[in-house]
Amino acid sequence: MKASPPYAAVRHLLDRAFQVLALVVLCLALAALAVLIIDVWRDGASRLSWTFLTSYPSRRAADAGIWHALTGSIFVILVTALLAVPIGAAAAIYLEEYGGRSLAARVVEINIANLAAVPSIIYGLLGLGLFVRALQMGRSVLAGASTLALLVLPVIILATREALRAVPPSIREGSYALGATKWQTVWYQVLPVALPGILTGTILALSRAIGETAPLITIGALTFVAFAPDGLWSPFTVLPIQIFNWVSRPQPEFQVNAGAAIVVLLVLLLAMNATAIWLRDRYQKKLS
Amino acid sequence: MRRFEPLIERALLACALLSIGTTAGIIIVLAVETIAFLREVPVVDFLFGTEWTPLFATPRFGVLPLVVGTILVSAIALVVALPTGLLSAIYLSEYADPRLRRIVKPVLEILAGVPTVVYGYFALLFVTPLLQRIIPGLAGFNALGPGIVMGIMILPLVSSLAEDAMQAVPRGLREGSYALGATRMQTSIRVVVPAAFSGITAACILAASRAIGETMIVAIAAGQQPRLTWNPLVPIETMTAYIVQVSLGDTPQGTLEYRTIFAVGMLLFLGTFLLNLASAWLRARFREEYT
Repeated sequence: MKASPPYAAVRHLLDRAFQVLALVVLCLALAALAVLIIDVWRDGASRLSWTFLTSYPSRRAADAGIWHALTGSIFVILVTALLAVPIGAAAAIYLEEYGGRSLAARVVEINIANLAAVPSIIYGLLGLGLFVRALQMGRSVLAGASTLALLVLPVIILATREALRAVPPSIREGSYALGATKWQTVWYQVLPVALPGILTGTILALSRAIGETAPLITIGALTFVAFAPDGLWSPFTVLPIQIFNWVSRPQPEFQVNAGAAIVVLLVLLLAMNATAIWLRDRYQKKLS
Repeated sequence: MRRFEPLIERALLACALLSIGTTAGIIIVLAVETIAFLREVPVVDFLFGTEWTPLFATPRFGVLPLVVGTILVSAIALVVALPTGLLSAIYLSEYADPRLRRIVKPVLEILAGVPTVVYGYFALLFVTPLLQRIIPGLAGFNALGPGIVMGIMILPLVSSLAEDAMQAVPRGLREGSYALGATRMQTSIRVVVPAAFSGITAACILAASRAIGETMIVAIAAGQQPRLTWNPLVPIETMTAYIVQVSLGDTPQGTLEYRTIFAVGMLLFLGTFLLNLASAWLRARFREEYT
């Protein structure tokens, strides 16, 4: 056999070059994340302090804090969870355990896939027309949370269905064999097993919602609220809106505040994601 | 207990039907205000007018500047996200060590989970100043900076969906290609990518839909000047940024100005809806090919 023709050498060289190119591109994407975090940290870290967390907004950048926005964000997300989780779980249970291949189930399924891809600002317009105006909720925590609940519902339904699907059929069959009804089987056997999976998906969905800005601006959440929300009907603002407000101002001092608030928001997100991953790992160990 | 069973099933069904209600709600809310808007502004003026000045004393309602602004920023985002996303996907699917994949995929998920307002901050205060050093004529608000950052934002979406599509290609096709002496690059580009083509196209279309609907990056960094131009160096306004601009002011219900955001929203909804539909159709076709 003769030495391989130069063509083969060229091909392998090309293969190497392509691999290196692809790897470089991938590293660039990861570097972008690093640059983003470093940039925000460098801008905002100096402004972070306990007073920054516990102060109210102010016309003077040095006195302004995020207490109203932080409590607003947490309050709105808790109400969102109370609204969206039971409804989302119930819808998922219907689709996975009851609906089967019925026409209604299939239509709902296609519809949910579509809803998941609708831009979030459209949900804001829905919230404005439906909750704020038609149902007269005004620009309240309840209107904001209802809007976000509709926004995360498709994600929660998809995550819950996946968790339900992971429950082995033998558990259901065992329950039926003992004479349990369908609902008894779902409530006492299937749901407890699926719960960690449902929680993981739910937390991930809510961490998406806590960073949402556009739908809440559209329903008219105020950019300048000088107090923490004190009830479902209270006006409110949230961290991302406060960040938007500060970043839109020309003075650099306010932009430093925005950087600091972003650090707080990212830490909040990281904590939620870490909880979700921790739950997932515990759950996986238990099943195996 | 058994008496309640049908009742429970009904209640669960009602929750599932709420999602249909949401879609219906979106369409009704948008349609009611859009129809009221079109009663005052002829549909031809709205769709083909070249001036968008609804807040002026003599308002004009030609939506083209907003549409062109949206397409311009989205196109820049796709120019950034599609090649890089697809190359990343090829690397992760065809070349990478499983250990590397286990590290890289969660990092890409984090990149996808960063709130868009943070990307807006990044575009305005980091990327645009950086670009201004290279391009002297670049305005502080422009389409280029936010477009690039939006590309970074949708890259993980392209990469993960395209990788899923490539992973679904049967091993036998790759092995056949290797058996004929092809290199990994030849196998990736001539066998795996064509086999996963409809899945990859679906990923790209979904990315386009995401770019068109993205709001905060452009609201922060692209400026708020509706102008009919393909020049990426000057301030523009997108459809989403316009909705934010009006929402920030205290617009009374029932005015023509209030209705404009629903009319623009309707256009946005229809555009993204068609793209999502095309993407879903392609994905369903792709699934049929390999199952």
